[in-house]
This record gives sequence, C-alpha cells and structure tokens, in this order.
Amino acid sequence: MKQDDQGIYEYLRHHKKFPHVWCAGCGIGIVMGSLLRSIRNLELGRDDVAIISGIGCAGRMPVYMDFNTLHTTHGRALAFATGLKLARPDMEVIVVMGDGDALAIGGNHFIHAARRNIDLTAVIVNNSIYGMTGGQSSPTTPLGAFSATAPYRHIEQPFPICQLAIAAGASFVARGTVYHVTELDRLLEQAIQKRGFAVVEAVSYCYTTFGRANKMRSPVEMMRLLKENSITVQAAQKMEKLPDGAIVRGVLHNEDKPEYTELYDQIIEQAHGQPSPRKRQVRRGWA
Amino acid sequence: MTIQLLQGNHACARGALTAGCRFYAGYPITPSSEIAEIMARELPRVGGKFIQMEDEIASMAAVIGASVGGLKAMTATSGPGFSLMQENIGYAIVAEIPCVVVNVMRVGPSTGIATHPSQADVMQARWGTHGDHPIIALAPGSVLEAFELTVKAFNFAEKYRTPVLVMMDEVVGHMREKVDLPDAGSVEIVNREMPSVPPEWYEPFGNPPSDVPPLAPFGEGYRYHITGMLHDPRGFPTERLDEIQPWIERIFRKIDRHLDEICMWEEDSVEDARVLIIAYGATARSARQAIKIARARYGRKVGLLRLKTLWPFPEEAVERAAEDVQRVIVAEMNLGQMALEVERVVGRKKVVRVGRADGQMVTPEQIVDAIRAPQPQAVSLRVAVPW
Repeated sequence: MKQDDQGIYEYLRHHKKFPHVWCAGCGIGIVMGSLLRSIRNLELGRDDVAIISGIGCAGRMPVYMDFNTLHTTHGRALAFATGLKLARPDMEVIVVMGDGDALAIGGNHFIHAARRNIDLTAVIVNNSIYGMTGGQSSPTTPLGAFSATAPYRHIEQPFPICQLAIAAGASFVARGTVYHVTELDRLLEQAIQKRGFAVVEAVSYCYTTFGRANKMRSPVEMMRLLKENSITVQAAQKMEKLPDGAIVRGVLHNEDKPEYTELYDQIIEQAHGQPSPRKRQVRRGWA
Repeated sequence: MTIQLLQGNHACARGALTAGCRFYAGYPITPSSEIAEIMARELPRVGGKFIQMEDEIASMAAVIGASVGGLKAMTATSGPGFSLMQENIGYAIVAEIPCVVVNVMRVGPSTGIATHPSQADVMQARWGTHGDHPIIALAPGSVLEAFELTVKAFNFAEKYRTPVLVMMDEVVGHMREKVDLPDAGSVEIVNREMPSVPPEWYEPFGNPPSDVPPLAPFGEGYRYHITGMLHDPRGFPTERLDEIQPWIERIFRKIDRHLDEICMWEEDSVEDARVLIIAYGATARSARQAIKIARARYGRKVGLLRLKTLWPFPEEAVERAAEDVQRVIVAEMNLGQMALEVERVVGRKKVVRVGRADGQMVTPEQIVDAIRAPQPQAVSLRVAVPW
C-alpha cells in the first residue's frame, strides 16, 4: 500500500493545490487515489489522458491531478468530453461526476453518451446527496431518507445508475465501493481499457450532510455499512432474492459493439469517395 | 471563382469550411437546420467531424470540447436553442475557448413563430449569459456577407480566444442570392497562437503584451487546467483579488483594444444626410429602398449606417454619423433593442424607433413614414402600419 501511495504522488499537482476541498474522511479522495493507481497500472502517459468533470464535490477532482484537465459546467462534462474525444480520438478521456451531476442535471447527456457508445470512461461517485451545496436530495437519495430538502423524508425513488447505463447502451458497466479499494482499482482499469462507453459507479458516502441528516455521524460508520451491505456479483447471482439495500459489486455488463469515433472514421473514408457536392446539387436541380 | 445561387445558411456553412472549421455539433432547429445538414455532408469530406447532440446545451459543450482538442468548432441554432446555449457560451468566455455560434433569428419569445424572421435576440447576444463579460456579435446583411462574416467570426474567435456570435436573421438565412464566393486561397484565415515556451513555463491564462495568451490543445504535452471558475494564470481556481482583478481587466481589454478591427459598418448616402437610418441584417435592405423613395419622391436627404458588428457596439461610428443629422431612425425587427444603444450614444430626443415583432420585415414604407413624420417621435409601431 505504501508503495502504491508513492506511485500516485507523481500524478498529483502537489506543489500548489493542496490541501484539497473535501471534508476529512470523505470517499472522493479514495476514488481519486483509485483512479490514479489504475492509470499508473495501465502505464498511460500523462499527456495522453484528459480528466473532465462537472460541478460539485466530485467535480473538483481534476484540479489535483496532473493531466489535461477540464472542469466544466454542471452536468455537462460528458458533452464536453464527447467534443474532445471526437477532436482527439487518440486520447484517453475520463469523466468524473457525482450522482447529481451525472443523473439529474446531466441525466440526458448520460443516457445519450451511453447510446452513442463513444469511448469515454464515466466514473460516477455516488454519495446519494448534493454535498457541496449543503446536503439536498439527489437522484440517488434512497426512498425514506432525510436531506436538507427532504426534512420530512424523501418520497422519490432513487435511480439505479448501472441498470440505467446498461439500458441506455453502455458497453461496460461496473460497480465498486470506496471500501473495496483494490477491487475499485481493477474495475477502473477495465473500464479505461474498454473500447466504448464504460461506466463505473463508485459507491461512496457523505457523512457531513447525508450522515448528519440520517443519524450516521462518522465516516467509519458509513464505511462499515458499505462493507456489510455489499455483495459480489458472483454471490448475488447465486441468490434467489437480494437483501434490501444490497450493493452488488463487480462487472455487471461487458459487451463488445461498434464504437462511435471508429464508426465516424469509417464515415470520413466513405465521404472521401463521393462526388463533389456541387455536381450532386446540379443533378438534383438546385444549387 | 464560380457564380452560384446560394442561400444565406449555405453561404454561412461554406464560410465556416473556408475558415477552417472542422467540427460542428448541433441540434435541429428551424430556421438554421440547413447549416447542420450541409456540415454533416461536407465535414467528413475534409476530415472534419459532425455530431448531432441531444440538445443545444450539449451542442455548445461539445463545440468547446472540440476546440480544446484543437479544432475550429461551431454550432448553429435559433432563439430557443440560443437560450439553452447561454450557459456554455459563458463558459467559453471565462475559459477563453475560441468557437463560433450562429443564431438564425426567428420570432420569439419562446417557440414564437419558427419560420418567420426577427432580430429580437440581439440584446440576448449581449447579455444572455450571466455575469459581466465582453462579447463579439456580427450581423450579415446579404448572402455573400453570411460567408464573409462567418470567416471573420472564426478569425476573431481564434485571434481573441473568445466565442463569436453570428446573428443572422431568418431572411438572410433563407434568402437566395447570386454570389461569387472567393477562393479559399484569397481569404484571410487566422489561426490561434500556439505556445512557444516549454510546458513548465506555459501560462494558458497569463498576461502577455497582446492580452491574448497562446492556447495549447489538449494532448500536446502542455498539461494544464481549464475551469469555469475565475482562475489564476495557470488556470487554477482562485479567489485572490490580485489574481482575479488582472484577469477581468484583461478579458475586456483584449476586445476593447481592437475595436478598430472588430467594429465593422457600412455607410450609404450619409454625406448630405439630414436623417440617418441605422439598421442591420435584412432590415438594412428595406432601409436602402426607403432612402431611394425618400430621396426620389420626397426630396429628403436620408442616409444609412448599416452595422455589421453589433457587439461591441460601434459607438464611435454611430456618434460620428449622427453628429450632423436632425433625426436618427433605428429600424430593426424588434421593438427597440439596438435603439437603446443608439439612444445611449446620441441622446433620446433625436432617436426614432421603427420596429415590429410580428414576424414580418420592416417595410421601406414604414421607414419612409418615420422619415416624413413632422416630429422626431416614435410612430407607434407595435402593430404594423397598413400601407
């Protein structure tokens, strides 16, 4: 583990940007460490990686990482990433979002990026709450939980992120938690390597806002819940019925299908062989 | 050089391609869709990329993403989509990302009348996105100018690292004219400045003498941070006044210093004019006809100042042209938007607003009426004057 920390140190903008903005005990830093280890394990060049984020606690992640980093507007990270990936198909474009960022304001961009199957890696840090703005309900806040905007209780159903991604057409969908860090490293590695739209839901927690509103006062307590409530996808497959609140970890979907930028390269080849547009216009009788 | 019969939207797309545009992201909307269709067909032929996004918010985001990747990028839309793009237009201003946004204006507010012309988004062009910011907006008045000003828009965007808006009205967008487009080689093309220093010295938001720091595309070894938050010369978020203040001053100064180049206009019969018409886009064509009628039929000395640049507002040109006239008529397809700027510059008493917001063009007769009115007061033009 110690050696691992040394390994990620060189990927950090450590000279100016620290201390970071996250609360002590937050899970987002764990996801960042995991992402850095997976990038290092894959031996990707720092110049070839772009990290793109939206707004919120998770959106602050790229500023600390020494890659090409783009901190965009709320919910739009995947749309920015789509443009960058088309301009630079050779780059490894990784998008980091929170649950509110990816699924509420960015929900439309999320399903359409999945539908296009463009080669992006979407990492969604799911802490079930809007942390930076002070603990308001998010699209993944569980039914019955309390939040700053659900003082009586939350009466909306949470989005199942992974099922949504699979249904929308993502090539690779996996779920990990910030407790099972080594596993999260491996899942992120697979997701980055995948040619196509890859989603990793990193289940985290926010003890500062969600925990306070729901009587879970320490990060340790919330971390323990991740440990106790999660099961591997292999174990889940053997069960007839999943226990309530179970977090299924592992690769949930992995499929090979045509990727958008590769298909577009075929379009470019095809378009080169066509007659000049002016000739076609004349044939069609309009100029 | 070949003489062609082209539509304004088509000329705009050709201008973009000539200027070196290699990325288009958009969402279908009348009356701008032809631009997307032409770009979808033409871009892959020159190795560029076209993508139809899920909405205009995403379109604008993808345009910025592609520009960060080093491609000249654009989108085109109309009022409802322009409203959605405002969020990321603001981002492009703060992050200083070159890009071009074409708005083929139709009647609003809201869905309005999709197929009828308007010029009522010109104030939105100025202040549509939140916060204080400079902006460049151009308004072509003919099919040829749709080509020329789209090229200019890309040149300004690249030179000043800023989004540039092409505010075309539906009349110009859909009108067909005989044009002789210049060859690619004879058109001046400006490309963004690349850094000449090693990566460790590179300041993507620094303060060079030109006020426009060089822009390195992602993936070229210059690893840096781009954000919509106010930032320091390296691009990292900051709240320090000594870092924010110079940045704010610079993004205004980089435009203000170059008003001579950016502000474009055209004068017609102004030498002896006692009445000055100020118009832009298709409305300037009505104004030209009004001048002919007023001079020939009524012996009125009328001139025209046609604005090709709306923002930054060419106030010196307006001030000079309006100096010796008794009356300034501002004709536009809205109920007085650029007129506010003209009033600011020449004073309210002289200015007469001639406008309409019903999806019809301002007619030459409407303008002639205003020229002939005994007092320089607004003829009520909320409803079109029947002629």
